[in-house]
Amino acid sequence: MSAIIHPNAAPVDRIAPAPFRAARRVRGLSDRGIAWLFVTPTIALLLAINIFPLIWMIRLSFTSLNLSMSYLPIRFVGLDNYVDILTDEDVWNRLQMTARFVISSVTVQVVIGFGLALLINRQFRTHSFWTTIILLPMMLSPAVVGNFWTLLFQPQIGPFNYVVGLLTGVAPSSFSMTGEVGLAPWTIVLVDTWMWAPYVMLICLAGLRSIPDYIYEAAEVDRATSWRQFWSITLPMTTPFLMLAVLFRAIENFKMFDMVNLLTSGGPGSTTELVSITLKRAAFEKWRTGYSSALAIVLFVTVFGAANIYVKALNRVKQR
Amino acid sequence: MRRSAIRRWSKWTGGALALFAGIALAGVATPHPAAAQGKQLTLCWAAWDPANALVELGKDFTKESSIDMKYEFVPWTSYADRFLNELNSHGKLCDLIIGDSQWIGGAAENKWYVKLNDFFAKEHITMDDFVPATVLGYSQWPKNTPNYWALPAMADAVGWTYRKDWFSRPEIQAEFKKKYGHDLAPPKTYEELKQIAEFFQGREIDGKKVYGAYIFTERGSEGITMGVTNVLYNYGFEYDNPKKPYQMAGFVNSPDAVKGLEFYKALYKCCTAPGLTNAYMQEGLDAFKSGQVAMQMNWFAFFPGLYKDPNVGGDKIGFFVNPAGPKAHFTQLGGQGISVVATSDHQDDALRYIKWFAQPAVQQKWWELGGYSALKAVVDAPGFPKSAPFAPQFLESMAIVKDFWAEPSYAQLLLDMQKRVHDYVVADKGTAQQALDQLVKDWTKVFKEAGKEASN
Repeated sequence: MSAIIHPNAAPVDRIAPAPFRAARRVRGLSDRGIAWLFVTPTIALLLAINIFPLIWMIRLSFTSLNLSMSYLPIRFVGLDNYVDILTDEDVWNRLQMTARFVISSVTVQVVIGFGLALLINRQFRTHSFWTTIILLPMMLSPAVVGNFWTLLFQPQIGPFNYVVGLLTGVAPSSFSMTGEVGLAPWTIVLVDTWMWAPYVMLICLAGLRSIPDYIYEAAEVDRATSWRQFWSITLPMTTPFLMLAVLFRAIENFKMFDMVNLLTSGGPGSTTELVSITLKRAAFEKWRTGYSSALAIVLFVTVFGAANIYVKALNRVKQR
Repeated sequence: MRRSAIRRWSKWTGGALALFAGIALAGVATPHPAAAQGKQLTLCWAAWDPANALVELGKDFTKESSIDMKYEFVPWTSYADRFLNELNSHGKLCDLIIGDSQWIGGAAENKWYVKLNDFFAKEHITMDDFVPATVLGYSQWPKNTPNYWALPAMADAVGWTYRKDWFSRPEIQAEFKKKYGHDLAPPKTYEELKQIAEFFQGREIDGKKVYGAYIFTERGSEGITMGVTNVLYNYGFEYDNPKKPYQMAGFVNSPDAVKGLEFYKALYKCCTAPGLTNAYMQEGLDAFKSGQVAMQMNWFAFFPGLYKDPNVGGDKIGFFVNPAGPKAHFTQLGGQGISVVATSDHQDDALRYIKWFAQPAVQQKWWELGGYSALKAVVDAPGFPKSAPFAPQFLESMAIVKDFWAEPSYAQLLLDMQKRVHDYVVADKGTAQQALDQLVKDWTKVFKEAGKEASN
């Protein structure tokens, strides 16, 4: 190997001592010491803002602490809070509701996101423009999305009902997307999909672009149909990306709060009350700190466990 | 060239410094005593019409005391969340707080508020000068004991507005009389109210489809509870056994209470505008102002603003007291007392504000500006009933008010009721009996956690 040295550059023997001098300045510190020096602030931060609160929360979950009655002595209640949660029919209903929301929302988002990615991947003339338009909802704040969809769904003045009325002949004010038990769960799926299908599209697009062209060329030589190419090349090679999108969206949707809170406040009744809304109400409206800490731990374990199983499956798919 | 640039810059700099000095001197020379002394009080309350009146009123205090007033107003839907969080975390944001009536138990027990007994005694402020319901509702804890934590600041209750212009149209009157056999007039009972609401529901008036009534249905904070209790009280609902505190079975879920809850649902189903499944004060005002509804349930606090509305105010609006039920005649208490926050660094100035606010002349101006005084000297004055078109109904309502629990655990009690009632009324889940039975279980559990065993 030969090196090209600029004529004005300093000779090598005059450059080399600089790092050497720097090393000497931190003499006394081993490589491991220097590594710790750099890593310590991060670890300290992590401990302070993640690990310590987590340990503190675990501790609180075994107590009766209620901040609206902080004058009462804090009692150690053992597993009472956990027993309360796991035997509470309402909590199970909220968990089921959350699971239904996560599954339907992620499924619809993956189907639409993947479809959009296949379309955008075709490199037609205005594809950049359409990519930007499709990505716009994802760039908005969930609070903004919640508020403006609330207006769109307003039965008497909202354009959504008007358009549905125009297409189906149903009177626009005869139904309420956010106020009817049968429609409200689908409403939150609809809005979440509108916002986050573009995100799934982006991940899928990255997957599609990573497939080398020569594989398709070889398939064409073998006279494989487009359908066959899709099933044998496109889908298997984008599956890890799809699984990644499912993982990201499932975790996000499991803890979804802001958008649903603004759209329906968990209503009508408790129809769209996701477990995150139950947690917020227990912690910051009812002030049941001990109970809500236990609920947070239960949710953390659920998500952590499910995500771990899923990541193992993802790795297995990648290895294939 | 360089030298001339330096000279130019020094001229500019000199000029700017002179200007700055001039402004600073002018600021110092301006006779603004509050700024000079640097005293400031922060008052926390909800963002609504009366808050604007309070800002106007507060200017007199600043003039008199040289203490600047700063305000933190939060929308009703996040008012409790925001300020209870602030009080719970012993924050110093608020020196004075106009806290909701139901907070008084928690605020007293947790020592969030300064106890005002000694201050009242020293300044000769007596609670006998205030409307009894407001003293009980906003100031006392424990209830019915002479322990005061707030000065009644904003008297309020649930009342009703109606479209007087629609009610007085001869063709509508004739049709109503033909259908029901009596005159169309503001309802005295809930049965009458439902009848009128049914009459107006879906009717076309001035080319526009209108609806019978607007009632509270909000799920997130306190809305549906503040609405449904107006009916429940009048059908015979009681929070607990009057002779045995915290015994709720048979009172909360009595057959009368069940009938009341069923009535509220029937009213919601038959006679409200579509889509109002999560609606509280603002949605009610919007529905009434846009000419959608014939009758509106809302707080008296909004009535001055509604009366001034160019489209539905003046001669077009009328007011009536919450109608009676088959068993009783009550209305839901609203309103708040003003308290000094225990963590405030300016407690003396805050107490000075309360002393100023308690003066009859200030209370009179408070009423004139759009606030609701609780001082007897104002509301019992001979001219009061004629001072505003809603004043007689306000007086009548304040004599029949009833409040929700004011226990330290009120937030849990309230959210449990929100859930059970909304599930039944709006989401059609279960029966009224099941909803109230479940509520008894929820409340029993809450009181048990608070160490107040209900011996059911």
